[in-house]
Amino acid sequence: MVMKHRSIISQVLASILINAIYAMQNYPIMFINTLLAPISILVVITFVSHGALVGMGIEGALIMTAVMSGVSMQGDISHLKNDLKLQDMVVTSPTGPMAYVAGMGISEVVFSIPVLILLIILASIYLHPTLLQSLTIIAIMAVMFVFSVSLGFFLSTLTTDIIQSWGFSGIVTVLLSTIPPVYYPLSYIPLPFRYIAYISPTTYAAQIAQAAMGYVNINMTSLAIDWSVIIAVCIALFIIGYKKARWREP
Amino acid sequence: MEGLKIRKISKTYDGKKYVLKNVSMDFMQKGILAIIGRNGAGKTTLIRILATELMPTKGSAYVEGIDIVKEPTRARELMAIVPQEARTIPWMNPKQQILSYLLYRGFSYKEASSLALSSIKKLNLEQYANKLSRTLSGGTKRKVMVATVLASEARIIFLDEPTTGLDPISRRELWVLLEKLKKDYLIVLTTHYLEEAEYLADKIAIIDNGRLIISGSIGELRKKAGHEYSIRIEGDKELKMPKVANISKIEKGYQILTSQKEAFAISEKLMAQKIKFSTNPVSLEDLFYYFAKRSINDEEESDEGEW
Repeated sequence: MVMKHRSIISQVLASILINAIYAMQNYPIMFINTLLAPISILVVITFVSHGALVGMGIEGALIMTAVMSGVSMQGDISHLKNDLKLQDMVVTSPTGPMAYVAGMGISEVVFSIPVLILLIILASIYLHPTLLQSLTIIAIMAVMFVFSVSLGFFLSTLTTDIIQSWGFSGIVTVLLSTIPPVYYPLSYIPLPFRYIAYISPTTYAAQIAQAAMGYVNINMTSLAIDWSVIIAVCIALFIIGYKKARWREP
Repeated sequence: MEGLKIRKISKTYDGKKYVLKNVSMDFMQKGILAIIGRNGAGKTTLIRILATELMPTKGSAYVEGIDIVKEPTRARELMAIVPQEARTIPWMNPKQQILSYLLYRGFSYKEASSLALSSIKKLNLEQYANKLSRTLSGGTKRKVMVATVLASEARIIFLDEPTTGLDPISRRELWVLLEKLKKDYLIVLTTHYLEEAEYLADKIAIIDNGRLIISGSIGELRKKAGHEYSIRIEGDKELKMPKVANISKIEKGYQILTSQKEAFAISEKLMAQKIKFSTNPVSLEDLFYYFAKRSINDEEESDEGEW
């Protein structure tokens, strides 16, 4: 059998089928799991603020859905690599790391479709975003998605078993979602603790989204800094993921 | 097709202890090469290097003339692996598993679907094709893993301990399958089961402590050992045969490895002494112990500082 053409689209599709489509077909409980994480915090924030922060909460949930893709991907890749040895089989095949990771990343987005649909409905009810505001939020989500997927792949290649992977997931989730002010304004955090929040790129992403919808007022310089930080962190993580992640082991 | 050429492959993780030391050998275009050795001998490291999962510290290998170190992407188009402890994906059925793997190899969805069905048919897995993998027996899961790689265009297949943990019947079934497949593929497998290597392999490589002790067909190994027959003597009574060189104490008796000519003479002496014994062609197990023991002796005498 001689192959005429190898399709990179097929290689990306393979990961989407394995990690999303077939998993959703046979393990529907995963839908609930995907919905729970971002929605539960949104509900708590809405209740505690008596509805005042529902808009910011929806934005936060959208950003967190993008970020959680990378966190979930880290666990999924680690399981497929360490427990099922799928990644070893893929390494010894014409698929390269970029196609594999792209497919795994997209599979997490596919998995998030139910929560995204729910959040889009909520956004259309509570936020009424303009086209520009919608594009801003989509752009933030895209940057956060690439950032989290790069981080997730890098961490997954360092893990040797699923327990270690859970450890990484827990730490990353806390650092990127629990501590930073993603669902509420940065000003709610008293000084000097506010400076700690600046460590997380999600703080900058949330600030841009909150400013875009008019929930907080920040000047153009701050906005430019926020964009620069999230793009720089995203590029840095992408390069680290690309260069340092282990595909063929040294 | 040039088959597989391994050239002075060494591997160390810390720069001090070598997991593989200068391993070199050639293998033909088609057939089965069995790599045998004790736990930790370096079998899996070698197979992972050959399958381009792991970089060697020194040396290289060539598949159909393609350097696996310098051109891994080209080499990967020719090869596929079922790693040690690889498992079928529990939330997928065999059809989905094979289809997904073929997509990774770059086939279109249509081609992959068709090839997946052919492979399922070829390996008599039709009745399991749509059943979730988590419901299949261990033997069937292994067959699915083999079907997965065989569905592809790869012609060099690495199987790392493919029958470990299988019951004797499932193991035999897989042997029969591999026996058929070796006519069309170059299969490199590692195994702990010496009878498996003896049954299947066209060439056997014995690895111990990272070194290739010897390689060849079972007949060549017998010749290289200089022993064609194994005489097993029952009981622990003192034997009156001072001139026999390769005599060793084994469980419940003695074993003598010897040439055909000597085997006749020894048999006559044993019969004269009315001692119960059996004579058989030397098995791979006998050869493995013989070469492994020789290797340990050589190593003790050699200069360790070389590495």
